[in-house]
Amino acid sequence: MRVLAAMSGGVDSSVAAALLVEEGHHVTGVTLRLWDNPTDVGCCSVAEIDDARTVANLLGIDHLVWTFVEEFDARVVTPYAAAHAEGMTPNPCIECNRHLKFGRLLRRAGQLGFDAVATGHHARVVDGRLFRGADPLKDQSYVLYVLGRDDLARIRFPVGVLRKAEVRAKASALGLPTADKPDSQDVCFVTTSGGREALLSSRIPLHPGRVVDTAGAEVGRVDALELVTVGQRRGLGTGGGAKRYAISVDTATRTVVVGEAADLLAPAVALTQLCWVDQPVQGPTQVQTSAHGDAVDADFDGSTVRFVEPQRRVAPGQSVVLYRGDEVLGGGIATS
Amino acid sequence: MRLEAVEAMLPFLTERFGNPSGSHAVSREARKALDEARDTVARCLGARPAEIVFTGGGTEADNLAVLGAHAIRPGSTVCSAVEHHAVLHACDALGDNRLAPVDGNGVVDLDRLADLLDRTVSVVSVMLANNEVGSIEPLAEVAALVRERAPQAVLHTDAVQAFSWLDVAALASPADLVAVSAHKFGGPKGVGALVVRQGVKVESIIHGGGQERDRRSGTHNVAGIVAMAAAMRATVDERDATVARIRVLRDRLADGLLASVPGCAETGDRATRIAGNCHVSFEGVESEELLVLLDAAGVYASAGSACASGAVDPSHVLAAMGMSRAQAVGSLRLSLGTSTTAADVDLALEAIPAAVERLRTS
Repeated sequence: MRVLAAMSGGVDSSVAAALLVEEGHHVTGVTLRLWDNPTDVGCCSVAEIDDARTVANLLGIDHLVWTFVEEFDARVVTPYAAAHAEGMTPNPCIECNRHLKFGRLLRRAGQLGFDAVATGHHARVVDGRLFRGADPLKDQSYVLYVLGRDDLARIRFPVGVLRKAEVRAKASALGLPTADKPDSQDVCFVTTSGGREALLSSRIPLHPGRVVDTAGAEVGRVDALELVTVGQRRGLGTGGGAKRYAISVDTATRTVVVGEAADLLAPAVALTQLCWVDQPVQGPTQVQTSAHGDAVDADFDGSTVRFVEPQRRVAPGQSVVLYRGDEVLGGGIATS
Repeated sequence: MRLEAVEAMLPFLTERFGNPSGSHAVSREARKALDEARDTVARCLGARPAEIVFTGGGTEADNLAVLGAHAIRPGSTVCSAVEHHAVLHACDALGDNRLAPVDGNGVVDLDRLADLLDRTVSVVSVMLANNEVGSIEPLAEVAALVRERAPQAVLHTDAVQAFSWLDVAALASPADLVAVSAHKFGGPKGVGALVVRQGVKVESIIHGGGQERDRRSGTHNVAGIVAMAAAMRATVDERDATVARIRVLRDRLADGLLASVPGCAETGDRATRIAGNCHVSFEGVESEELLVLLDAAGVYASAGSACASGAVDPSHVLAAMGMSRAQAVGSLRLSLGTSTTAADVDLALEAIPAAVERLRTS
């Protein structure tokens, strides 16, 4: 099989490509340049691309570099900033997967005659169905719920059956220079832009806001309302005393409402932009409301997820992913 | 590399290992070879031997020119919008660079250039031939403008891309500084030269033992320099014949693509381009995809200019020429060289239309 292996320069995608080569596939590596990284380190930098190329050379495979900077900006970064301007907390990795890694890349791979695209994600595809990765601490199935069966038929996640330690051991055994590289953290383009505030302030106007309690009394002020996330505790200008959390952000009135931990709990969350791996699903399910959270029992009626036990509010813009056991059924984006 | 260059350098990698700055017999032998190479390079570039500064390649030569001249006389820099990054980024690093626009053929706009020139300018840099689209710049006219409007300024020309195709000794004669790079004309990588005309000063950017009359420190790369001189001599000897032969092939390639691929356009005017450059664009096709198919078919083309990451950067040259983003994305550069044959052109004329067709229908 001709496989196009997306190689970021990190250990997971390095080993993913290596495993495919061992399986006897005809593998070509590709590194996507998604972002004009102004620093010498981090995702999309020359150093990362160089690492990917070094690994490709060690594996004896061709290596390409494709520039999707404009699409990434239009499909991921611009909507990310626009959502913040609306007081939402989007997950750009999911949009990147939807539009770039498994949109643009998968299409181009097909055009060029590749049978499949592989990445280093920790998730598993079995019989065209999507499952959590074998390492519960590294599972990335949450950010992949936007994939449908047609996509999954042409996608390989070779490291999804491994634990992270096994991935690193494999990389060491193969002598790959990426074996002991630290895991990537946070959002790639935010990290390399000097943080969320620096990135957002260059894209959208940031406004000061009032912080009020649930009774409407002003208890503090924030410099940039657009940087506040539902569930946030620090940096709300409310001083000491009882712990208070942001429970809603209203950009129209430039107000953040804070409450106690109990106020943060919600019985349900409404979803939009639903995506299903296969057929739409309703009824009892487990839902995961953040990339590193645990799944909890819930019921889905086709538009709203009702938690069996009240859960921390889901920030509008975050994805809610529906599971049955380890299987990803689909998901959607939390509305305000 | 050209065989002449390989053969010339081999002895200096083995038995003739001397350091030309030393005082032993073996050093004197190396010094003699270096002197002869300098004479050859000077002759090929229309300069005196003392005006030649050997460098570690074209990028270093361009940097020495821009940074070195600016260090002697600080001021604004002016360069064409289509300069190689070696010039462009060096000028940008100095903090006050003015970009001279080009026309749709990639040729610098002399009126606009004139507007940028004044007595605050210390360095002007306009290349002799562009590395992406092959446009030949009117250096004599540029020089006349510089002498008139910015008489204190030093005029540099990057002749890296030009040397294989143009009589650099004559065409670059109005410039104070001229950069060349050996690997562009069949010499080894990592060696180049800068002509620094008598009376023109550049401050060294590499400090050390004071080699090259204190303009470029570092032990001489004797083997590389000797090979560069051999490649230069061979290139100059054959240049007229090569240009005539390659021009025919290039025209057949460009005409063939224009005739056989719908939506194919040639970039700019062929008459103002060096013979080894064929630059075209294909409507509705992305060259990143085209390159993969062509590579598999044995046709090694490029898009934009290669950057360190191996990515194809959106070309600043095509943008400066006013080409739309959509057209630039579908553009392809096919370079022909001394070793290019009619069979190579036949292969390209077979592979490119097929690949474009495949991308359009898949």
